[in-house]
Amino acid sequence: MSRLTPLFARLKTENRTALIPYITAGDPAPAYTLDLMHALVAGGADVIELGVPFSDPMADGPVIALAHERALAHGVGLKDVLDIVRAFRKTDQRTPVVLMGYQNPIEAMGVNAFARHAAESGVDGVLTVDLPPEEAEPTAAAYRAAHIDPIFLIAPTTSPERVRLIAKLASGFVYYVSLKGVTGAQNLDIEALDARLAMIRTDCSLPVGVGFGIRNAETARAVSRVADAVIIGSTLVQLIADHPIQERPSSTLLAEVRDFIVGIRHALDESIPTKA
Amino acid sequence: MQTKDTVPTTPAVEPSVIDFTQFPDEHGRFGEYGGKYVAETLMGAIQELQDAYEHYRTDPDFIREFETDLKDYVGRPSAMYRAARMSDAYGAEIWFKREDLNHTGAHKINNAIGQALLAKRLGKTRIIAETGAGQHGVATATVAARLGLECVIYMGAEDVIRQQPNVYRMKLLGATVVPVESGTRTLKDALNEAMRDWVTNVDNTFYIIGTVAGPHPYPQMVRDFQSVIGREAKAQILEKTGRLPDAIVACVGGGSNAIGIFHDFLADESVALYGAEAGGDGVETGRHAAPLTAGRPGVLHGNRTYLMEDDNGQIMATHSISAGLDYPGVGPEHSWLKDIGRVTYDAITDAEAMSAFHDVMRYEGIIPALESSHAVAYARKLAAKYGEGKIILVNLSGRGDKDINTVAKMEGITL
Repeated sequence: MSRLTPLFARLKTENRTALIPYITAGDPAPAYTLDLMHALVAGGADVIELGVPFSDPMADGPVIALAHERALAHGVGLKDVLDIVRAFRKTDQRTPVVLMGYQNPIEAMGVNAFARHAAESGVDGVLTVDLPPEEAEPTAAAYRAAHIDPIFLIAPTTSPERVRLIAKLASGFVYYVSLKGVTGAQNLDIEALDARLAMIRTDCSLPVGVGFGIRNAETARAVSRVADAVIIGSTLVQLIADHPIQERPSSTLLAEVRDFIVGIRHALDESIPTKA
Repeated sequence: MQTKDTVPTTPAVEPSVIDFTQFPDEHGRFGEYGGKYVAETLMGAIQELQDAYEHYRTDPDFIREFETDLKDYVGRPSAMYRAARMSDAYGAEIWFKREDLNHTGAHKINNAIGQALLAKRLGKTRIIAETGAGQHGVATATVAARLGLECVIYMGAEDVIRQQPNVYRMKLLGATVVPVESGTRTLKDALNEAMRDWVTNVDNTFYIIGTVAGPHPYPQMVRDFQSVIGREAKAQILEKTGRLPDAIVACVGGGSNAIGIFHDFLADESVALYGAEAGGDGVETGRHAAPLTAGRPGVLHGNRTYLMEDDNGQIMATHSISAGLDYPGVGPEHSWLKDIGRVTYDAITDAEAMSAFHDVMRYEGIIPALESSHAVAYARKLAAKYGEGKIILVNLSGRGDKDINTVAKMEGITL
């Protein structure tokens, strides 16, 4: 079993919402990522989602697409990402790490070899953006065999029939994309979200994380009333991009990242009394 | 119907054992290739498109409207032409299927019309497309203008600079041309950006993909709209020569003109089929766009197919003199046809294509597109092997007026 299922079980008993920040591995330079991961945990992250750089990040908006380009400029690939996770595990055996990326780099390594290496490196889950359930076997089976959770997206347009299909293959949690659109898009309708999550929960018993469109403490608080986890990506990646690029992250950047996560964490924990 | 497990994926299969009309299968696969590798956010739109296409592909009204447009607007059937002086020079009977004579100057219009008619029936008010050289962009802007639909064309910023006349043509047709600055700033990045637009505006927007790639049902749908080329060609060559050709040659970027002319001949074992990929500076230099010749299978832009990728699975920058072939992937049906040995794929260098371009001009008085010149260059090699009396049919997929600046530049001439 990965670290995800026990984590969500514990948070449920505490009536808390998981905070899952996303950064792209190797952005803006390889030496940043490990320090940033520890800063995220220090700020109160429950899970870290680590983007695997890809040359053609079709489902990502401009902010994260640029992060992929910055990482690729340093030649950061899947092997490097696994090395980063391995290094992270030397001092943090507790925080689950989920990789988010595209299928081609995984197939280039070989699905079985990747699953084995990922497990050895301390990866807990893998979300492959361009791998819908119809195409997910035998990849998902390889992950299950390696005790890695296959994480799937659910969209506003996903039919109940397909939610059930996803529920059969997924473990750990499912990731509800709160908007039609690419990562980093605008707008959020909490009432519609609430209704939609209720529908998903009738067909899927896994914890539901909500991402795409959460940018600050206020939106995170609103979403946490209805979601089991909130995922914050573009806003965080932009915060990192707004700092001058150096070989290593400055203490100012790391403090800012930690404080940003602390702010979201407080907002999530404040919302406990009203959580449905 | 054959299932994935019974489809042989090793070469040297007798075409007679395969019913080519039964592919793709219900999962959108050609053997192990194809499929629907898209984000969940797009699955709803893909399903809607698939349902609509399943319905309309056999709908008599839809078929009638499509065929009427091909006849009255595109000017089909396109001519079948015996290239007499070229035949003498090359040493075999060379015939051209004249897709260059279509309205807008290439085969691209066949597919753009088919998809636009579908968009209209789905009630979509906005059309988007990607384009490389600008031929598919022009074809899409053309049909959008005719149907009164809003049109946005995504084009790599590099290509916008290289293909100014087509950019202006699209604007004159009322389209908005968006230069794409991400990645390598070429066709693959334009496709990424068009996908992003589609995900965001899926309610009112129809995405007209220009080639036989992308998620299912695009490879099937585009093939079906383009296969008019092969159906016409078969009837015409039988009428003019009394027999089937010995070989058919087409250029392959994404591969829509090639699938279009091949498809009706797949079951005719006596007809050898050849796809000419863009060899750029030569496959051995690494500067090319020939995934079938020098790539390996992977997943990109919604389908599993042969790709040009590095050891980390990153998609590589491609190179070809022909912007229309400058793409790191290829339609999944081609990947399958390669593996089962039904079609032979080989690369033609920039220099060979350029030489063939001049041959077509001087022997036949036709300006061929640089894309199509790759097919002619391959026919020349084939003719040397085949000899007199053998019939080689070349799909002259587009006209080359758009390319004269590129040709002049290659030869150090400023126009």
